[in-house]
Amino acid sequence: MAAAIQQAPAQPILTLTQVRKSFGGAHALRDANLELYPGQVTALIGENGAGKSTLVKILCGIHQPDGGELLLDGRPIRVRDPEHARQLGINVVHQECVVFDNLTVAENIFVSSRPRIGRFIAWREMRTRAAEILRQLDVSFSPDLPAGQLSVAQKHIVQIARALTSEARVLILDEPTAALSHREADDLFRIVRRLREAGCALLFISHKFEEIFALADRYVVFRDGTSVGHGMIAGTGSEQLIRLMVGRSVEQLFPKRETALGEELLRVENLSRAHEFDKVSFSVRQGETLGIYGLVGAGRTELAQCLFGLTAPDCGSIHVDGKAVSIATPADAVRHGLAYVPEDRQQQGAILPFSIAANVALTNLQSLARNGICSQHRESELATHWIAALGIKATGPEQSVGDLSGGNQQKVVIAKWLARSPRVLILDEPTKGIDVGAKSTVHGVTSAFAQRGNAVVMISSELPEILGMSDRILVMRRGRVRALLDRSEATAENVVQAATDA
Amino acid sequence: MMQTSAARRDLALAAIVVLLFVSVTAAFPKFARPGNLAEILDDSAILILLALGQMLVILTRVIDLSIAANLALSGMLVALLNKNYPGLGIGPVLLIAVVSGTLLGAINGLLVWRLKLPPIVVTLGTMSVYRGLIYLLSGGTWVNDNQMSPQFLGFIRYELLGLTLLSWLAIIGVAVFAVSMRYTVLGRNLYTAGGNPSAATYTGIDPGRMQCIAYTICGAIAGLCGYLWVARFAVAYTDIALGFELQVIAACLIGGVAIAGGIGTVAGVVLGCLFIGIIRNALPLIGISPFWQMGINGLVIVVAAVLSARRREQKRAILETQAA
Repeated sequence: MAAAIQQAPAQPILTLTQVRKSFGGAHALRDANLELYPGQVTALIGENGAGKSTLVKILCGIHQPDGGELLLDGRPIRVRDPEHARQLGINVVHQECVVFDNLTVAENIFVSSRPRIGRFIAWREMRTRAAEILRQLDVSFSPDLPAGQLSVAQKHIVQIARALTSEARVLILDEPTAALSHREADDLFRIVRRLREAGCALLFISHKFEEIFALADRYVVFRDGTSVGHGMIAGTGSEQLIRLMVGRSVEQLFPKRETALGEELLRVENLSRAHEFDKVSFSVRQGETLGIYGLVGAGRTELAQCLFGLTAPDCGSIHVDGKAVSIATPADAVRHGLAYVPEDRQQQGAILPFSIAANVALTNLQSLARNGICSQHRESELATHWIAALGIKATGPEQSVGDLSGGNQQKVVIAKWLARSPRVLILDEPTKGIDVGAKSTVHGVTSAFAQRGNAVVMISSELPEILGMSDRILVMRRGRVRALLDRSEATAENVVQAATDA
Repeated sequence: MMQTSAARRDLALAAIVVLLFVSVTAAFPKFARPGNLAEILDDSAILILLALGQMLVILTRVIDLSIAANLALSGMLVALLNKNYPGLGIGPVLLIAVVSGTLLGAINGLLVWRLKLPPIVVTLGTMSVYRGLIYLLSGGTWVNDNQMSPQFLGFIRYELLGLTLLSWLAIIGVAVFAVSMRYTVLGRNLYTAGGNPSAATYTGIDPGRMQCIAYTICGAIAGLCGYLWVARFAVAYTDIALGFELQVIAACLIGGVAIAGGIGTVAGVVLGCLFIGIIRNALPLIGISPFWQMGINGLVIVVAAVLSARRREQKRAILETQAA
């Protein structure tokens, strides 16, 4: 630790000063300043919409800045396009996996610099060099595998390998762990640390504070397109960083309300589905929030989809209000008072080209449409009510959901279901990829929903969220229930232990 | 296993084509006579060339519905040229056919790339426009064989080692494509851009530019085939090759080119064309109306789609095989 501080390098590799960028009048970046030092990991922290992704796109040449300066080794540069960025030694591991599923790992690694003999691609050389890079990274998959067969974590590693085909001076990791399990993230961090030791300057973008404290040497905080603070991680607390990000404190992040537990509302007995989950049993009472924790691939989403009638269980039973019910389709589930907010809100949650009003009305058309005739007026009224109730930032009920930020899209999806007054709300990673402000609103809304005598089942991979919001925590691993912990006995340690230990 | 799953699909299709060939031969031994085989190849040559061009376009997630109209317009252009200047020789004819096709293809490409218009709309539009231009060009009249020079008609019929020059053109085309698609950066980038356009953008490959290039090459091939078609059938009129774009697309789909882009092989496309070619030649022998041809093509496409959908169903197992 002391060694890391001592070797504070004199000159940054990459410097950004007062970079500005706006899109049609909306400022994405107002005054962005950033310094990246060789052999150090700098964490970039900020809410969604703070300008982080715009910054990344400027650094890799997808966008050009409107003003300000980029300096590489003290010399001003202009990054023309992603290929040019690569030539300058600036590489990005993008948040969404930028990997070609149909191509082999080797071709993915060399996709922008395929080795050639004359005009023809030298496949054998490509393969050997790819194998060599993979060996350097100490990973076990073959360069001949099609990338489509890799896990998300392995695809990230392929992107890092891409950076290593040339001299990687700057490596930007844009929320690389958003979809990774703990163990996969650890593997990734091992590689990141090794690159740091090799003198690479790393920019690490993440929403997860535990990772930032484990990995980063420095931090820079962005808010509303402006860099509002920077410094060394050592001696800095998460409280301080969050205050810089939003001007809000941690307690406000998980505004869990005290609730009185009532009758059992949902009971699941021995629910099983081949290859997905096995003999899952649990119950949720009125006023209760049941958190379901597990690594990605633990079978949690599959369980939720089965509960909601999207897939059929092989055996087991579901009871609502003490009565066994048969849920064969989502329509059945909705009729029994269940609601499901899926993980992939852009594909499965909201209909992006539709207006807020049309989205909220989706689940309520039968009650809104008298004699089968839809009423734009009534739909609009309903949406206006929910825009106010959930604090959705929008110009009005007619704005299309695709134009909203991720957090506000999620609020629309939740509003769609709350408008039906369901009894059990199943949330799958409800705050994934949304900013801190919207997170606390989502938590407040679900907590209030539980307080009204309903039940919440919340699937999450974020430990603070699970610990902060759940009355009881169900831990799954490889399709089976491994622990059911009470709020009072659950700790980060025993929850993670149950989720990971084989 | 991109390479191996594609290889497996090609192999399966090859087996089907061979089986088809063998069963037709069993019933009609004359079918396998060298003369007849050469005829099937000669018959399929234009389809093979066009399907290779269309494959490039489909690989990059777009489609060219104007391919037959481009062929017809370029064909009429060189037919009229030959009619009015019969002494020009074959060189200028080939050149003008290719240039005309390239330009017509580039128009599609630029509209899709620069104006970001939907490819179906663009090429449906240009399909009609190109057909209309033929009428304007020819005034609705036909160019018949007696108005074409012997050179113009004879070039593709010239025989070399028992095969016509038309067949050789197709063979050369297949060879060039096979090498380019595997061993050149352009060929690989067409797969890359079609396989994952957003990822391509992030790696510095412009998917729109790739689409434009694909359209342009496809157009060049269509233009060349315009001459080949007119010379082979010894006639040019407004409606030549009407609806042929559907056969071309069908050959690609039977050959395993994914309509969603990024997947397809030269071998598959050639096999798809041979499949269609064998059926077309065998049906009259068996005494079945050629009108069944489209029906059989369609059936094969649907069956192939069902099979590949079934394969995708295979699920990832979460549960361990035994309790921990």
